[in-house]
Amino acid sequence: MLESYLKSRLIEKKILLMTHIVLGYPSFEECFKIIETMVDAGVDLMELQIPFSEPVADGPVILHANQKSLAEGSTVKKCLDFAQNVTQSFDIPFLFMSYYNILFKYGIDRFAVSMAERNMKGAIVPDLPPEEGQDYLDAMKKYNLDPIFIFSPTTPDERMNYLASFGRGFIYCVARKGVTGLDTDFSEHLDKYLERCRRATHLPLALGFGVKDKNDIDFLKGKTDIAVIGTQTIRLVEKEGVGAVGEFIGSLR
Amino acid sequence: MINRGYYDGFGGAFLPEILVATFDDLEDKFIKAKNDPSFWKEYTDIMSTYSCRPTPVTFAENLTNYFNGARIYIKREDLNHTGAHKANNVMGQGLLVKRMGKTRVIAETGAGQHGVATATMAAKFGFKCTIYMGEVDVQRQRPNVFWMDRLGAEVIPVREGTRILKDAINEAFRDWVSNMDTTHYVLGTACGPHPFPEMVSYFQSIIGKEARKQMLEKEGRLPSRIYACVGGGSNALGIFKGFLDDPVELVGIEAGGRGLDSGLHASRLSSKDASIGVAQGYKTYFLQNSDGQMKETHSVAAGLDYVGVSPILAHLKESGRVRFESATDREVIDAMSLTIKKEGLIPALESAHAFVQAFKEAPELSKEDIILINQSGRGDKDIFTVADAFDDPRWKEFIKKKAEEYNA
Repeated sequence: MLESYLKSRLIEKKILLMTHIVLGYPSFEECFKIIETMVDAGVDLMELQIPFSEPVADGPVILHANQKSLAEGSTVKKCLDFAQNVTQSFDIPFLFMSYYNILFKYGIDRFAVSMAERNMKGAIVPDLPPEEGQDYLDAMKKYNLDPIFIFSPTTPDERMNYLASFGRGFIYCVARKGVTGLDTDFSEHLDKYLERCRRATHLPLALGFGVKDKNDIDFLKGKTDIAVIGTQTIRLVEKEGVGAVGEFIGSLR
Repeated sequence: MINRGYYDGFGGAFLPEILVATFDDLEDKFIKAKNDPSFWKEYTDIMSTYSCRPTPVTFAENLTNYFNGARIYIKREDLNHTGAHKANNVMGQGLLVKRMGKTRVIAETGAGQHGVATATMAAKFGFKCTIYMGEVDVQRQRPNVFWMDRLGAEVIPVREGTRILKDAINEAFRDWVSNMDTTHYVLGTACGPHPFPEMVSYFQSIIGKEARKQMLEKEGRLPSRIYACVGGGSNALGIFKGFLDDPVELVGIEAGGRGLDSGLHASRLSSKDASIGVAQGYKTYFLQNSDGQMKETHSVAAGLDYVGVSPILAHLKESGRVRFESATDREVIDAMSLTIKKEGLIPALESAHAFVQAFKEAPELSKEDIILINQSGRGDKDIFTVADAFDDPRWKEFIKKKAEEYNA
């Protein structure tokens, strides 16, 4: 479902944009405004991160956003309620991103039901390799949701094929080593990696980690299908407020 | 990722994709080393020359007479180089790092013992070294920070989250995902993703191997009960592993903090406050809320102040093979004080948790019974915390004078 949506969008656009926000940061009200602005500015899909106390794959900016959201009283229930409101209000696909313990404690099947009821399209769970994720894979399939799997530059070709056999919707390609929000060197090195990713799957490819401006996105055109902007918009909201988001997103394509 | 490292449903390897290849390589090197008979010999050789292995068992005659029950023996892991069992794991992983050809090591530390041990290993083997330590622990374990600095390690205070052990582990993982080509993460306890629980308890099993032999030599029979404190679980697993197939009751003691009812503790297996979850790459009992967010923990002993626990111990709890108890901060100070006075031994605050439970049970046992306590480390490092607990006026006077000297 998500795959066909993305492929139809790609007929009109050279590259799609996916953005990432941490739910409840700076607040749920402001999250709603950020989403509204992003959708108006032409973002094609969004990942909504349910905060977790131990976000090991995230760098300082998203880590602090997780901690502050929790300190302000965010709960899984509030995130689910918010998601319901968002999917009813905006006409782009939304995904959840969170760490496995959030799904595990909620109950994997129950979580998948909640996602389907709220018209969420899929999930990205960065600490859940398919080897550990049978229950998750079963539940996602049962409710027609897309589990998004991740390639990294350290993933051998054979394992890329293995991961792609479980993935649906698209594959999230991590641009480099390290955590979210650090600089990425957009160079030939990345080309070779993306070629490897492309050979491993027929699914659209998203590239994230360190994508921050128009130059980066221009570089990625023709090499990846989706550019992921995560930390950069969170930084922007922190520095200049929600009002700056629209212009920033508009400047990217 | 072939072997998932499960212990009856606990454990696993919940890894971000970027680390999968690193863990595959680590497991491969570890299995090869384990199957190479010369590796264990190399390991025991270095432990007998660089550290102080085999560490003795000491018969605690005065405590035995005082409690008038079971004969009390103490396994002296405090006599290792750097003063704790941590050296066992660190030197073992150091030998693996050499085999892997890496040039830098990183580690988390709570009490600072694992950090100091890692820093000495790095100095000896010529590795660069970075230690992550929660800001709260940097404050309460200052002497160990001083030694890590002297040993040439870079100590990074972690200001995220609860600013203790779990947060230091998160930061070490964040370093590792950037630098895995040159760097090995020397995880300090039998937790984390596979193969760490297996690997750390493999190196620590030297404690139990020695202790079993020593008890047979001294007494001609095995102890009826063995006591060990449980933070992540590495010293406990180390000694327990020597006795798993014997008719010996194994008792793990967790940090009861200000009491199990206070909520201010770090008891995952002996309280009702923990539930099964997945964090820091493995599945076990965690102190977490109903949403799966980790809670703050509390203990007078920084080394036990941790939200999770070894998946191997979670399994041994479920199977009933190990009994778990807890000791409060107050009980720990009292047990430490008694041990110092009666035996002239200074257990670390962590280790003193094991003494608390042994002292509760010794009088109820017969004089024919033998009990063995694992003194996982020495208490010198705790001088500031213990001085506060004793409210020692002469110590305070000394610190004030010292501060004046620095201000002058």
